[in-house]
Amino acid sequence: MPTMKLSHFEAAFLFALFTSIVLGIVTKRTDRDRFHYGIYTFVCFMVALFGIGWLMYLGHR
Amino acid sequence: MPKEQEQKQPPAPISAWVPAVALGWLIPGAGHLLLKRTGRGLLLLVTITVMFLCGLMMRGAMFQPQSGDLLTTLINTGGFIGNLCAGILYLLTVWLGYNQPDMAGAVHDYGTKFLVTAGLLNLLAIVDAFEIAAGRKD
Repeated sequence: MPTMKLSHFEAAFLFALFTSIVLGIVTKRTDRDRFHYGIYTFVCFMVALFGIGWLMYLGHR
Repeated sequence: MPKEQEQKQPPAPISAWVPAVALGWLIPGAGHLLLKRTGRGLLLLVTITVMFLCGLMMRGAMFQPQSGDLLTTLINTGGFIGNLCAGILYLLTVWLGYNQPDMAGAVHDYGTKFLVTAGLLNLLAIVDAFEIAAGRKD
């Protein structure tokens, strides 16, 4: 089986992408709302990813 | 008022939603495809399958139910249920021997989380298919 060697960021980015797509599809009732919610969820994941990343960096200085 | 109206709705007959739920568990997105929600069904199928395959290629491990202290039981049984929710993806992985032992490392740990999350996302898709089949959602 082929293997994937990803960095933390790449893995977290893919996780956010897949999860946002599914959450967008199953949560809202219209396609427009689904699209917007998917984008919103993805942005929240990214903000948390960078925010927690910076917190850990500053906490270990 | 809308809450009262929802409460008064008669429950949908089992035959209306069981095929969609069963097929949705077995093949991610297939419940939506059965209910003629082709776009959403295909997107769910591709997304959940790719996520599961990424988890396998990161050499993530499957959970096995274990007893012991409460946290061990919760994590392993919950993880096992999450894996099981991936349906045919989980069954094929186990039957074909692609199930890998738990390994130390960040990427492998991400892989394990990808595998569980793919199953849990399929669970959300199953619930969505149920609501569509039961007439509670378009």
